[in-house]
Amino acid sequence: MASVVTNGCGAGSNSSTGSTQNGNNPPSNVQTITVNGGPDSNFVDGAFTNVTVCVPGSTTSCQTISGILVDTGSSGLRILSSALTISLPQQANSSGSPIAECAVFADGITWGPVETADVKMASEAASSMPIQVIGSPNFSNIPANCTAQGVPMDDLANLGANGLLGVGQAIQDCGSACTTSGQGMYFACPSSGCTDTPESLALQVQNPVAAFATDNNGVIIELPAVSGGEASVSGSLIFGIGTESNNGLGGATVFGTDPFGDFSTTYKTTAYLSFLDSGSNGIYFLDSTTTGIPLCAGNLNFLYCPASAQNISVENNAEAGTNGASAPASFPVGNGLTLVSTSDDAINGLAGPFPGLIDFGLPFFFGRNVFTAFDGKSTPAGTGPYTAY
Amino acid sequence: MKIRMRLAMAIAVAALAPCFPAGASLGGDMTSVRDDQKKMQGTLRTASNDSYDIHEIQTQSGVVVREYVSRSGSVFGVAWQGRSQPDLHQVLGAYYDQYVQAVQAQRAQRHGHGPLLIEKPGLVVQMAGHMGSLTGRAYIPLSLPVGMHREDIR
Repeated sequence: MASVVTNGCGAGSNSSTGSTQNGNNPPSNVQTITVNGGPDSNFVDGAFTNVTVCVPGSTTSCQTISGILVDTGSSGLRILSSALTISLPQQANSSGSPIAECAVFADGITWGPVETADVKMASEAASSMPIQVIGSPNFSNIPANCTAQGVPMDDLANLGANGLLGVGQAIQDCGSACTTSGQGMYFACPSSGCTDTPESLALQVQNPVAAFATDNNGVIIELPAVSGGEASVSGSLIFGIGTESNNGLGGATVFGTDPFGDFSTTYKTTAYLSFLDSGSNGIYFLDSTTTGIPLCAGNLNFLYCPASAQNISVENNAEAGTNGASAPASFPVGNGLTLVSTSDDAINGLAGPFPGLIDFGLPFFFGRNVFTAFDGKSTPAGTGPYTAY
Repeated sequence: MKIRMRLAMAIAVAALAPCFPAGASLGGDMTSVRDDQKKMQGTLRTASNDSYDIHEIQTQSGVVVREYVSRSGSVFGVAWQGRSQPDLHQVLGAYYDQYVQAVQAQRAQRHGHGPLLIEKPGLVVQMAGHMGSLTGRAYIPLSLPVGMHREDIR
């Protein structure tokens, strides 16, 4: 799937059909994902896919956009304005003011209007989904209480992707809190400027998979095992859990999570907050003092640099008050400097510190089938939210 | 919710004056704590031990901010946890521009997304989590009270 990578602005071609699958009767719920450098040819350990968006109700005003980062750490589809060539309807409030959003991530914010699109992947579709368009030139003045929450990631260089496909446990990207005030996330933007505004659940940017007509209770990310580094690897984003012959849980262990996907992981004898986040490009956990693993020097001091690769053993535990599951897991930690010095973009062992928590990023997904069950959705293993592998 | 306040200390609701002049937060003084509380429209409670005070502000946007104040009255650390980020302009104060420059420098190195880990001699900023569940802290390493561990800022 090298064709996923395109040069420069990387927008895909217009498409008159929603499907981008080729071959002999591909399963209707399987979307190809590829771990490569992404549309900016600068990403390491990111899983990218194509998403088709259409003007609601249209089968001709459609665009398939490549280089969309698959992110289990957020919910909702966000597309860079620079990658979007069709015009989608703007969401507006009862006064006719356009609605815009400030989406908040650990390493920055995305800002832009909420627009409406039919969202199609594989043979699945979600109608009239609110999505965020990032970096729209018509919304160039970012409100102060948005930039106050982080440094904007409003272009390809800063986002490293043409967009984000948020398929986390949460259905909406804010939830009930935003129905009474905008919480610094939702804004009404009349010509006089943008002000914080409440947003109903139905109008919030939300996980499009949860709105599919079928196979809408969760997703599976399937990636092959990676030993060291490879230029790229391909896998699947499979829609639904236990809804088709190809998406059963099998022997996976189910860990109940909170509504945003958090659970708990024990390292040695201490429990820490943890989560599985395909949108993080490494496994970021604890600190040098706790792990005994040295950091890389200089500008790479956000990565671990052990003299030789180490294998870390932990125990994952369901969020308190859920299903009580507990199971060991292990992952390698390689030398960050060595790993990022190659031209490989799919790298196992990329890891770094973060004091007091464990962020299981994309390398944890290599060689595992990782299930994300959506909040409130029924599955054969019980009602989401949960994570399983 | 996720970060436990481990220090067993007396908690007292602080009486708040209605208006204070604006001031920086990290690196600022008690005036800035009250200013933060006011700007974030939060409720404030205070805890103390032998070498510092913790002022905890619960903001209306679902973020708990803890500001660590030394015996000499300066804010040497800030920690937060919640659904969104606090007003980083407000809590980082005079360090905000340095933070923005460091974020941009780290993006150029990271090749993707992940936690922010800014570690400079005069400033540490760490931000992690994911949409809906975010956590972070910032502190001035050389200003920590003698005997205090950096892990205690949380």
